[in-house]
Amino acid sequence: MALQDVCGFLETFDDISPCTYQPNEMGYMWRTPFEFDRDSAFHFVSPPQQFRRKNRAPNLFSSTFSSLSPHQPFQLSHGTTTLGFIFQDGVIAAADTRASCKGLICCPISQKIMPIHSHLVVNTSGSGADCMLWERILTREMRLYQLRHRKRLSVNGAAKLLSMMLHPFKGTNVCVAATLCGWDGEETQATLKSCMEITDVKEAVEQDSNASTISDESAQGSVKMASINEQAEISKDTQALNPTVSDQNTNNVLSTLGRRSGPRVCYVCSDGLQLKGEIISVGSGSPYAYAVLDDGWRWGMTVDEAVALAREAVFRATHWDAYSGNNVDLFHITAHGWRRRDREDLKEEYYREREREKKKIKEREKERQKREGDELVEGEAYSVHCG
Amino acid sequence: MEYLIGIQGPDFVLVAADNVAASSIIQMKHDYDKMFKLSEKILLLCVGEAGDTVQFAEYIQKNVQLYKMRNGYELSPAAAANFTRKNLADYLRSRTPYHVNLLLAGYDETDGPGLYYMDHLSALAKAPFAAHGYGAFLTLSILDRYYRPDLTREEAVDLLKKCLEELNKRFILNLPSFTVRLIDKDGIHDMEKLPVVPK
Repeated sequence: MALQDVCGFLETFDDISPCTYQPNEMGYMWRTPFEFDRDSAFHFVSPPQQFRRKNRAPNLFSSTFSSLSPHQPFQLSHGTTTLGFIFQDGVIAAADTRASCKGLICCPISQKIMPIHSHLVVNTSGSGADCMLWERILTREMRLYQLRHRKRLSVNGAAKLLSMMLHPFKGTNVCVAATLCGWDGEETQATLKSCMEITDVKEAVEQDSNASTISDESAQGSVKMASINEQAEISKDTQALNPTVSDQNTNNVLSTLGRRSGPRVCYVCSDGLQLKGEIISVGSGSPYAYAVLDDGWRWGMTVDEAVALAREAVFRATHWDAYSGNNVDLFHITAHGWRRRDREDLKEEYYREREREKKKIKEREKERQKREGDELVEGEAYSVHCG
Repeated sequence: MEYLIGIQGPDFVLVAADNVAASSIIQMKHDYDKMFKLSEKILLLCVGEAGDTVQFAEYIQKNVQLYKMRNGYELSPAAAANFTRKNLADYLRSRTPYHVNLLLAGYDETDGPGLYYMDHLSALAKAPFAAHGYGAFLTLSILDRYYRPDLTREEAVDLLKKCLEELNKRFILNLPSFTVRLIDKDGIHDMEKLPVVPK
């Protein structure tokens, strides 16, 4: 897809004003390079229904799509639980792994968090096919941007780009709700130092492996693609990680959002909603997850606390929501890139929790008996004293 | 679900919008800004369908700024309002109409302050006070009773507070905070968010 764009393939194919997305007979979306059309009020394409091709009736496409559109059983859709939040040490992205289709679990081990590049992952919910397609389109666009402008697009920029690309399809059955979680980096002026710094990056990245495994792609990606950025980010990171004095979450968050680098979380929906925030959760299990996240989130959390919070939130959501479940995936994104935690089966977590509860009840019982015993003893001592 | 209100005084316009960004039953954000700055003295308040609001408002915003770049001077609020109305009307009978309700507030050197009410059918009216949303049903009569053309700034803020109190009392949804801005000859001023959040 990227090569096709660079070569300008299909650019001369249509004879009317250039469109960003054109469907061909098989329904695939081919893309022509963006061209600003001064006549159209919006510089992006009109929805596929308006596109006229010589060898196809314009209505055929829309009618085919509408006959294939899935019938939603109820309004609150997106059968999943995904969440993302920022804190002082980066971004946590977590999701369950159940892909459902009405009452059937189509896939209990699907992957809902996809890395876009070394410092950006996207949590997707909505219809699976749409999500896979739009992830690839977004990855392509981000890569093209990076090649053209020699710097990475920020998370907010990527969200804006995705929102603009999805806008023409508003009103059709495209259903994508993506949460972009990533770390914005800054460009550095000193490019000559990058050779020396590459080794530093590798060491820093290796040192960072606590319990989680660093995926090879991430390490290599950080080194190869963005070695120049890494160097600036690490120097900024060491400054940023000095604990800020103020305890108020808002101050810290605001100061991070004001700086040009830092953790970011951004929500993009196919109906056009685009939100930046600190905590975003999407899906049918999101209310349950929000309840846990709102209770436990603090800006100054440690990595372990944040991971535990995310796990707990997904676990509670999978317990109550029928359309979420199976395993939990967890990604942690810092200035060095993303790291992935091993996938964890929540069924065992449920039984472990029941065991913990049983133990707690026993302990409370013992304590209560002990307390009653003490009171009895005191009571006797009192009565002896008085009598 | 969303609420916009505007009150025009003799030399200022006071506008307020709620801060909730909702997705079905969840409040996804409680500090969302629904006001778009078109120029130094014009604000566009935009509510409606999820993606349409930002798309349309940003389109108008960029075009107003483009006008300034091309011609060297800014569009007046009346011109900006009519430009917005024309665009909304053009899209109304297309296949992709924009379902947005707008308030445009601005201060003009020659004409003074102006508040323009526009709804999703692109009906435009210059009004001394206006509101959008379900909350409008509850607050328009308060504005009717207490509005005078010679309100001072403090009286206008008090009138706004009365309206928001009524919303808190009778509106079924919880709208915890509102962004308030005031436009006068010196530009756009941010005011304290209402209701005042106790620290």
